[in-house]
Amino acid sequence: MKSLIALVAGGLFGAGLYVAMMADPDKVLAFLDLAGAWDPSLALVMVGAIAVSAVGFAVSRRMTTSLGGSSFAWPGLERPDLKLLGGAALFGVGWGMTGYCPGPGFAALAVNPAEAVYYLAAMVMGMLVWDRGLSRP
Amino acid sequence: MSIDWASFTPWHALGGGALIGLAAAVLWLGLGRIAGISGIAGGLASFTASGGDRAWRVLFVAGLVGGAGIVHLATGGLFEIRTGYPLWLLLPGAFLVGLGTRMGSGCTSGHGVCGIARFSVRGLAATVTFMATAFVTVFFVRHFFGPGGVA
Repeated sequence: MKSLIALVAGGLFGAGLYVAMMADPDKVLAFLDLAGAWDPSLALVMVGAIAVSAVGFAVSRRMTTSLGGSSFAWPGLERPDLKLLGGAALFGVGWGMTGYCPGPGFAALAVNPAEAVYYLAAMVMGMLVWDRGLSRP
Repeated sequence: MSIDWASFTPWHALGGGALIGLAAAVLWLGLGRIAGISGIAGGLASFTASGGDRAWRVLFVAGLVGGAGIVHLATGGLFEIRTGYPLWLLLPGAFLVGLGTRMGSGCTSGHGVCGIARFSVRGLAATVTFMATAFVTVFFVRHFFGPGGVA
């Protein structure tokens, strides 16, 4: 059951990325290019995604556990700090350089694998450098 | 700024966004997990997630790739595939995406969608920050050097 939930959620997510055309890095860059011929479409992706998922989060506040039985993994921290903002800033630079954030990077495996393999390999390197290196004292 | 109305696809954007939001709600209500792709993938890549905590991550990512692939085939392709994008932008950019999302505990999905949808101050602060640096980066890449530098 839990496996099916994970698979279905992933499938919906990937389908959504494709339908929204976030899997097209050219469209993402056209949205991020305020000084060019600006394509505002992706702002509406955020609107649609937040509107629907907000219902899910609101409903869960009246539940004690998830439907699969495990407890809700509410993120612990609530106050912004330098690590959060510094990481977000670096991520934004990388997003702007490539046109892919992590979800569309994976979706690209099915759409544009020749580009996705380079992107995902370098992204995983960056993750490892933080998780296995810089994050440790 | 000039708005490119010919490329504006509001219904695809809203519909695709709603599917992404539905996916996040299913994962949260079903498993109690935030649909943050960098967190899900990072736990796999760095082997910080173990045992049963790995299985749902693998299945979610597999579903994501499959879901995108199925719609790609079913629609016959909604957009042109990008080719020849310079590796000097792609590789360091992707490296920064990996590093930054792990350092900042999330990306567009975890902060931008789930964070804002649950009214998290951290999620909103991160989203404003990465949107800002992405806008600035694209401005420099497109209008000073690199592909599209002619624009």
